[in-house]
Amino acid sequence: MNKVNPLIVSDQLARRQWLSRLFKHFCTGVTFLAVAILGVLIFQVSVAGFGWLDWQFLTSFPSRFPERAGIYSALVGTLWLVTLTASLAIPIGVLAAIYLEEYAPKNRFTAFIEVNIANLAGVPSIVYGILGLAVFVRFMGLERSVLAGAMTMSLLVMPVIIIAAKEAIRAVPSSLRQAAFAVGATRWQVVRHHVLPSAIPGILTGVILALSRAIGETAPLIMIGALTYVAFVPEGPLDEFTALPIQIFNWTARPQETFHELAAGGIIVLLAILLLMNATAVYIRYRGSKR
Amino acid sequence: MTAAVGSRPVKGSTSPLSSAQTRFGEGLLEKLFFFCALLSVLTTVSVIGILAFETYNFFQKVPMLDFLTGTRWTPLLEPKHYGILPLISGTVLIVLGAALVALPVGVASAVYLSEYASERTRNIIKPVLEILAGIPTVVYGFFALTFVTPLLSTIFPSISVFNAASGSIVVGIMVLPMVASLCDDALRSVPDALRQGAYSLGATSFEVSTRIVIPAGLSGIFASFVLAISRAIGETMAVTLAAGATPNLTMNPLESIQTMTAYIVQVSLGDTPSGTITYETLFAVAAVLFASTFVLNLGGTWIMRRYQEVYE
Repeated sequence: MNKVNPLIVSDQLARRQWLSRLFKHFCTGVTFLAVAILGVLIFQVSVAGFGWLDWQFLTSFPSRFPERAGIYSALVGTLWLVTLTASLAIPIGVLAAIYLEEYAPKNRFTAFIEVNIANLAGVPSIVYGILGLAVFVRFMGLERSVLAGAMTMSLLVMPVIIIAAKEAIRAVPSSLRQAAFAVGATRWQVVRHHVLPSAIPGILTGVILALSRAIGETAPLIMIGALTYVAFVPEGPLDEFTALPIQIFNWTARPQETFHELAAGGIIVLLAILLLMNATAVYIRYRGSKR
Repeated sequence: MTAAVGSRPVKGSTSPLSSAQTRFGEGLLEKLFFFCALLSVLTTVSVIGILAFETYNFFQKVPMLDFLTGTRWTPLLEPKHYGILPLISGTVLIVLGAALVALPVGVASAVYLSEYASERTRNIIKPVLEILAGIPTVVYGFFALTFVTPLLSTIFPSISVFNAASGSIVVGIMVLPMVASLCDDALRSVPDALRQGAYSLGATSFEVSTRIVIPAGLSGIFASFVLAISRAIGETMAVTLAAGATPNLTMNPLESIQTMTAYIVQVSLGDTPSGTITYETLFAVAAVLFASTFVLNLGGTWIMRRYQEVYE
């Protein structure tokens, strides 16, 4: 073996350790940069929009005059949209998950359905908008109604709900099922009385996250023709509507500075709603994990 | 499964068990559930069917070759041209910029999270990334327009109000959480024994990360890249707001461009009757968009499955 010059080794070692420290600092710095960006974003929006947040802003219709404008129709529209989307997407999504986890035979068609759902989760939201435009708005003749919007949104969030519900159902220990089967329960009784009750926290978490996605989505609603200026609130599922992100988009797209501030006000409300929903999801997950 | 089964007869179970006896409705329920699951297949079929149908109609009026190789996209202005290349170049420009932001930062954050961060820091950073991922894209559009663009214009005074750079930076920020979290999963699945082996030979943490951990998690990292690119292609609101509405065959990020998604939004903001060629362009552009994200998503999940290192 060659003799190693200890001086060279220690010199190299110092370099290697220096490089290693540099690398660590780089990775740390870059990660906290991401945190900083979130901070800057929230700060920027708050500074611009906070002055506009008052009762009048929440209860007024949009207006050409910024000082009179508000998000009332957008808030009510979003509420309609989420309620309808939830009542369509949750039952269908959860039942589909139950089928795939509890009933489906292990064959190629089931595998195909699973791959298909995973792929649907990655389809751009605007493509769902195109589907909604062609099928619900034009073909089924629902026009620019909140129902057409909710049906489009349901298709969009369905894969998210199915995937979350499947995971929650899979986490239920199979001993529970076998015990129920052993005393003569039918498959549906097993699902209804044992699997679903234990899977509910996980399913709820997924559902809330899916619905918060529906609240924030803009592109599909623009596709199906949700209006950008609405001075009325929908009174039924077939009425025209607007939604919070649409209103924000509309104000942001205007050149005047004042409307940007209104948009920031709308964003604060939107983010507050989303944060509340996320906090609920985290709380449910936490309680579920404690049991 | 150690549950004691049938050690004691159940009270009142006098009826003989028979496989012919099923409760009313059991079979019906299963059919209902199956239909719910089938709905997802139906969704895919109708997406593909509708895109194919309207795109076919479009190709009756505009030759496919002109559409795919034309360098001018002016369907809303006279003289009309239907060459999709400007929209594709706009999309590619946004995706390249976003990749430049998200991929290195995402991998570095993942290395930090899996190799350096304490459990406590992880528990803070992870939710922050989740919040970043959950912020609606229209908010990122607002951020691009009111923060990133003014910032860029102090560095590059010649920049247009609407420009690809600003759009791609926020799209990068948007897909960053996904890259970081998928890469983190990949790096954490590398067994500790590999790291310990390298450390015991005297490797520094830099060497362990770059020569052991990252190579071992490479398939997951690649998959995250592919999925992030697919996400960036489909991103709509931020690029509509920040990058402009000028179909522009350029690779200069300081100029205003238009992506495929932004074009679709631009047309939908007006009222376009069915059957017109403008209506059909929506579907033709969406077909290209759908096909590219579909291939990338399939590729991403394939890489993840195919090249996953399996450790005992």
